Amino acid sequence: MATTLAQKVWEDHVVHRASGEPDLIYIDLHLIHEVTSPQAFDGLRIAGRKVRRPDLTIATEDHNTPTIDIDKPIVDPISKIQVDTLRKNAKDFGIRIHSLGDVEQGIVHVVGPQLGLTQPGMTVVCGDSHTSTHGAFGGLAFGIGTSEVEHVLATQTLPSAKPKMMAVNVEGVLPAGVTSKDIILALIAKIGTGGGQGFIIEYRGSAIRALSMEARMTICNMSIEAGARAGLIAPDETTFNYLKGRDHAPKGADWDAAIAYWKTLKSDDDAHFDLQVDLPADSLAPFVTWGTNPGQGVALNGVVPNPADIKDEAARNSAERALVYMDLKAGTPMKQIKVDTVFLGSCTNGRIEDLRSAAQVLKGAKVSQGVRMLVVPGSARVRLQAEAEGLHEIFLAAGAEWRQAGCSMCLGMNPDQLKPGERCASTSNRNFEGRQGKGGRTHLVSPLVAAATAIRGTLSAPADL
Amino acid sequence: MEKFTIHTGTAVPLRRSNVDTDQIIPAEYLKRVTRSGFEDGLFVAWRKDPQFVLNQPQYKAASILVAGADFGTGSSREHAVWALQNYGFSAVLSSRFADIFRGNSLKSGLLTVILPEGEIEAIWEQVEKNPATVISVDLVARQVRYEEKILPFEIDDYTRWRLMEGLDEIGLTLQHSAEVADFERKRATFKPVTLTN
Ligand code: SF4
Repeated sequence: MATTLAQKVWEDHVVHRASGEPDLIYIDLHLIHEVTSPQAFDGLRIAGRKVRRPDLTIATEDHNTPTIDIDKPIVDPISKIQVDTLRKNAKDFGIRIHSLGDVEQGIVHVVGPQLGLTQPGMTVVCGDSHTSTHGAFGGLAFGIGTSEVEHVLATQTLPSAKPKMMAVNVEGVLPAGVTSKDIILALIAKIGTGGGQGFIIEYRGSAIRALSMEARMTICNMSIEAGARAGLIAPDETTFNYLKGRDHAPKGADWDAAIAYWKTLKSDDDAHFDLQVDLPADSLAPFVTWGTNPGQGVALNGVVPNPADIKDEAARNSAERALVYMDLKAGTPMKQIKVDTVFLGSCTNGRIEDLRSAAQVLKGAKVSQGVRMLVVPGSARVRLQAEAEGLHEIFLAAGAEWRQAGCSMCLGMNPDQLKPGERCASTSNRNFEGRQGKGGRTHLVSPLVAAATAIRGTLSAPADL
Repeated sequence: MEKFTIHTGTAVPLRRSNVDTDQIIPAEYLKRVTRSGFEDGLFVAWRKDPQFVLNQPQYKAASILVAGADFGTGSSREHAVWALQNYGFSAVLSSRFADIFRGNSLKSGLLTVILPEGEIEAIWEQVEKNPATVISVDLVARQVRYEEKILPFEIDDYTRWRLMEGLDEIGLTLQHSAEVADFERKRATFKPVTLTN
C-alpha cells in the first residue's frame, strides 16, 4: 500500500500494537529542559523507577535562564530552584546536561540539530510544543506533556494514536525578500490556528526543496501554531550535507548505511493525504501578524483588517478583542505601525543564517532612535559562530544588544520581558496576550523584516530602506 | 494512580466557555518543581473577585466542576490538571474539551466527561437552585446521575479500563518490556546516542 513519509516513520517505530489500544511507539531521542521535567523525575523517584535509556536523553537549560551576567547566580530565586533541580535530576539519573555557560547550551530545539542528534527517520519528543522543529530532518517530532515525559523516561516509548495526514504544497520560486517564516505565517493565516488539528503536515514542493536546513526548521517549528501534531519535510541532499561531519552524525560504514535508509524516506507518489493545501510560492510576500494569535496575519504591504468584514462570528469576536489589546485601528497600513522593541532570536529564528540575514540588512545602519533591539543567539555555538564572523560587531555598531543564548523574550519566564503597552517586532512564534510580558504587544516577523523595522522604527522590509 | 469507579459529590457551576490553560493556571506558577500545591494558582485572577463562584461558601466542598464549552484550550501545561486536582476536583463536566488538556487529564486520573450542552445547562440550573445536589459520576456504567436524571457519556474502553484499574500508563507499558527490548536489539546501529563514554 502506498504510504506517506510520516506513516513510514511511524510503522518503523511500532513496538506493540493491539486493537482498541493506541500504538506503542519507540522514541529515538528525548530532549529535556527545566520547566516541564521536574515533576516527571519526581514521579520516577516515587515509583522507584530508573531512566531506561539515559543514552538517548539529553538536557539543556533555556526557558528560565538569563541572557546577561550568566557567570553570576540566577537572580530570580524560583527560576534558580528550577534550574538547580534539572541539574540535580540529570546527575542523579545519569543524563547528559548542557548548563548555562557550557559551549553546547542553548534552546533545546537549536541544540539537538546542531549536535547532529536529530536525524532523518527518527522519533523525537520533548516536553515542549515546538518540538515539531525537528521534523525538518524527515522524522516524527512531537511536543508532549509532563506525564508523557515521565513515560518516555521510564520506558523510552509512548502510547500514541495515529494522526491524519496533510500535505502542504509550495511549488514555484519565492520572490526576493520572502523567507520560510513568511511561508509559515501565510499558511497559518490561510488555514487558521486550528487548521492542522489532528494532522501531521508534510511540507512539499519545489520551493520547500530549495530551502536550507535552517529555513526548513523555521517552517516545521511553527506547525504547532496551525494546531498540527507535527510537521515534516522529506530528507534530501540538503539534509545529508547539513548532517555530514556533525558530532553525532554517523561515521564511516554507519554513514553509508544511514544514507541508504534515509534515501527511502519519502512519501510514495500515490500516497493518500487526508487533506491537501496549495500555497503557490509566487503568491507569497513578507508577512506579519496584527493580532493575538499566529493566524491573525497579513502581507506587510496590507492593512489592519476590519473585523466587520469577517463572516465567522467567533473569528470576528476574536479579531475585535485582538485590535483592542493591540491598540490598532482597522484600515491602518501595517507599515505605519511603530514599534519600540525588536527581538531577534528564539527556536524559530535564532540560528546562524537568521543572524546573518539580519546583519546584512543592519550593516552600516543604525537602530532607530527610541527602539531597543535585542539579538539573542539560539545557542552558545551560534553565538560563537556569529562572533567568529564579526556579526556581533555589526549588531553592536548599529546599537543593538548582543546577548547570551536562551529563549529570552520569546516568553515572559526570564528577565527579558516587554513592559505593559510596549510593542515588539519579534522573530519568535507566539503573539498571545502577555506572551512576551504582561500587557506587551507582539508582531511576528521574519529576521529580514525585524532588521529593517529596527532601522525605520515602523514595520518594514529591507526593500523600504 | 487511585482507581476511579464512581465518584459522588457536589458540584460548582462555572458558567464560562473557552477557559484556557492560562486562566486555569498562569505561567508564573510553572516555575515550581512539585506536582502539588498548585491549588493557590487555580483561576487565581478570577478568585480575587469575591463574587467568583469558587469563593461562594455554598460551593466550598464541591468536587465536580461543571464548565462551559472548550475547556482547557491553549498550552500543553499539565499543571492545569494538577491545579484542579490539588484544589479537590475529581471530575470536570463540559460539552467540549481541548484535545491536549483532555489527554493530560485522563493520564493524571482527573475524569473529564463530555455531556451535551443542554445537559450542562440543566446541571447548572439544578446546582444553582440547590448547591447540595448530589451528583454521581459513574465510570463503570458510563453515566452521570443526579435527582431522577441518568445521563450516559462516552469514553473509549481502553482509557476506562485503565482508570478503573487505577493503572498508570507507565505500569502498563512496562508489561511490554520484553517487546521493547526486542525492538532495541533490532534498532539500526547508526542511530545516535547522547552519551559517549
Ligand atoms: S524559544 Fe520560545 S518557543 Fe522556543 S522553546 Fe524557547 S520558549 Fe519555547
